[in-house]
Amino acid sequence: MPDEAIPDRPISDGPILKVDAVSKHFKVQGRTLRAVERVSFELGAGQTLGLVGESGSGKSTLGRLVLRLLEADEGKVVFQGQDLAKLSARELRARRRDMQIIFQDPLAALNPRMTVGAAIEDAMAVQGIGGSPNERRQLTGGLLERVGMPVSVAEAYPFELSGGQQQRVGIARALSVGPKLVVCDEPISALDVSVQVQIIELLRQLQTELGMTYIFISHNLGVVQLVSDTVLVLYLGEVVEQASSAELFGRPLHPYTKALMSSVLKVPEAAEKRVPLVALSGEIPSPLSPPAGCPYHPRCPLATDQCKREKPQLRTVWVGHMAACHRAEEVGTMGTSPTALAAPPELAAS
Amino acid sequence: MAEDLLSVEDLRVEFERSDGTVYAVNGVDFSVAPGETLGIVGESGSGKSVSVLSIMGLLRGNGQVTGGTAKFMGKDLLKLRRRQLEDIRGRDIGMIFQDPMSSLNPTMRIGDQIMEGMLAHQYTNHKGAFNRALQLLEEVGIPEARARFRSYPHEFSGGMRQRAMIAMAVACEPQLLIADEPTTAVDVTVQTQILVLLRELQQKQRMSVVLITHDFGVATNVCDRIIVMYAGKVMESAPLADFLARPAHPYTIGLRRSVIEVGTQAHQLKAIPGVATTLMAPPHNCPFAERCQWVTDLCRAEVPELRPLSDGHFVACHRAEEVLAEAGANGAERAAPRGDGASASARSRGAWSQAGDEATLHA
Repeated sequence: MPDEAIPDRPISDGPILKVDAVSKHFKVQGRTLRAVERVSFELGAGQTLGLVGESGSGKSTLGRLVLRLLEADEGKVVFQGQDLAKLSARELRARRRDMQIIFQDPLAALNPRMTVGAAIEDAMAVQGIGGSPNERRQLTGGLLERVGMPVSVAEAYPFELSGGQQQRVGIARALSVGPKLVVCDEPISALDVSVQVQIIELLRQLQTELGMTYIFISHNLGVVQLVSDTVLVLYLGEVVEQASSAELFGRPLHPYTKALMSSVLKVPEAAEKRVPLVALSGEIPSPLSPPAGCPYHPRCPLATDQCKREKPQLRTVWVGHMAACHRAEEVGTMGTSPTALAAPPELAAS
Repeated sequence: MAEDLLSVEDLRVEFERSDGTVYAVNGVDFSVAPGETLGIVGESGSGKSVSVLSIMGLLRGNGQVTGGTAKFMGKDLLKLRRRQLEDIRGRDIGMIFQDPMSSLNPTMRIGDQIMEGMLAHQYTNHKGAFNRALQLLEEVGIPEARARFRSYPHEFSGGMRQRAMIAMAVACEPQLLIADEPTTAVDVTVQTQILVLLRELQQKQRMSVVLITHDFGVATNVCDRIIVMYAGKVMESAPLADFLARPAHPYTIGLRRSVIEVGTQAHQLKAIPGVATTLMAPPHNCPFAERCQWVTDLCRAEVPELRPLSDGHFVACHRAEEVLAEAGANGAERAAPRGDGASASARSRGAWSQAGDEATLHA
C-alpha cells in the first residue's frame, strides 16, 4: 500500500514484491496443518514489512515461501515482476543473489569448520561475484568493516565470536551478494538487549545506504513497530490485521493485536504508576484443529455467537487498514489502553 | 525490619576452562527479605544465574565457589554438606527454569513428578501427596487436572509445562522461590499468565521470590527491588521506586535506553557501544569502563565499590552522583554527557530514525 508510505522514504514506481494468496499446508500425522492460509501483500522497494505473531502463527513459514525456500501450495510470489514459481532450479539459484535471509541463530547458519572469511567468500563464489579469490578476500574485508567489525575477524571461526558478532557475520554474508530483498527472521531475538539496539541500528543504516527491502519477522511488537512501514499480524497462519505500522499500533482494529500489545510489559515511569498485570486467558490453539468460526474467538473477550459460527474475512475497515474481525469498527473506537480489552465495557455483554 | 531470609555476602565463583580461569562472580552481595521479590537483571555472562545456582550447589563440574557466605534461615548454604543442601532444595527453596523440559523427566507422568518431590521431603502418605498434587495442578491453572495428572510432559504445551514445573517447585510450600528466566521461552501472552500465577502463589504462600531476568519490562513490573549485574559484580541495587526514578549507574541507564517496547521511537534508543567481556583475571578496574561514556582515569585504575547513595540504594560507580544529576528522572530522557551528547539529535528517516550512532564494536 504505497499511499501509506511514510513520505521521506523512497517510493518506487511499482512494488518490488507481490504476494498473492499464498498458502502452505503440511501433512502431520495424517492431518492437514494450515501453516499459511491465503496471505497477500505488496511491498515497495526500500520498505520494511513487519510480520508479527506468536509461535505457530506461520510468520517464519511465510518468510520462507516468499524466498521459495519452501514451495507454496497455492498462490503466487512475484518478485521484480517475475513469478518465482516459474523459475527453473538454475534460474532460481541465480535469482537468490537478490533475495537473502538472516536467521535468528547465526551460529547455526554458519559452518563451524569454515572461518568467517571463507563463509562469506563462499557465498560470493556461488554467485560468481568477484573475479578471483583474491578479489573476494578484499571484498570480504570491506563487508566486515561495513558491518562494524575489524578485517581480522575474517580469520576467526564462528564459535570464537560473541552472539552479536556472529549476527554481524550473518548480515555480512547476506550482503555479500548485493541483495534487493532480505528476510530478517527474528534477527535480534537471541541477542542481549544492549546488542539488539546495535544490530537494529546496523540494519537501518544498511537499508538507508543500499536501498534494500526488508521483511522483518519478530514476535516482539516493539521491534516490529520500530522498524516496519507496513505490518501483518498473523494468527494460526492467517492475516488478522494489516496496515501501516503507525496506523496499526495507533489504532488496532483486531482484539488479538490489542491483546499482543497489552501483553508487552512496559517499564513503568515510576513505581506508583505500575499497573496490575492482566493476563489474557488461553493459549494459541493447535493449528491442526483450529476452532470453528473466528479462530480467535475462544480467547476473545468480545466474541459473540456470530464469531463462533462465522469466520470473519480480512476486509478493509477503513482506508489502508484491514482486519478480520466482525467487530473491528467497535474495537477501533476502544482506544489502546492496556485494560480496554481485559475489562471490556458494555460491548462484552452481548 | 524483619531479618533477611537470604543474605549473600562477597560471593565469588570461578570456572576452570582450557584457556584459563573465568572470574564469573566477583564479590556479590544481596539479600532477600521475607515476602520480597528481588529481581536480578543482567545480560548473558553477567553472573546473574551463576550467583544463584552456586549458592544452591548447582554449579557444573568446572565451577567453584571460591569465597563468600550465603545465609539462609540462619545457615550458611555454602558450608552445608551435600545431603543437607538437598534437604533444603525443593523443600525450603523451590526453583524454576527457562526451559521446563530440562527440569521435567520426559518418561514420567506429570502428576508422579510432582508427587516425587513431596514424598521425598514432606509427605509420608501417598494418598495425601496425590490429593495435594491434584490440587496444585488446579492451582497453577491446568485445566482438567485429574486427566492431565497422567499426561507426559511432551503432551503439554510450553506454557502448560511451565505451569507444571511451577507446581513442582511450590509443592512443599518453600520459603523462597528462585525463578531463572521463567518466561523467556514463552510467548508474550503466556508470559503475563505465568507472572500473574507466580504472584498469586507468592501471596498465598508468603514466599520470597528471586527473579533472574534479562528483561527490564518483566523486572520492573513484578519486583520490589532490583539489582543490576555486570561482569560478575553488582552495579546497582535499588528499591523499585529509586530504580525507576533515580538510576545512577551508567550501565543501568544504558540498559534502560536499550529497551524496545511498543511506542518506542528510534531517537529514544541508544545502543551501548561494545560487548561484554569475559573476565580472565579478577577485575582491577571498573569492568564497565570500556563501554562507559562517563569513563575517567580513576575508572580505569580502581574498582568502584558498591556504596550507598541513599537509603537502600547502592551503586558501584565512581561518578554516581554526577550520573544521577545529569541523567535526570528515568535516566532515559536526556542525551549523554561529555560533549558528544549531540549525537542524539534525531534525523528522522522513514520508520527507522536515528538511533544513536554508537553502534561500534570492539573486537
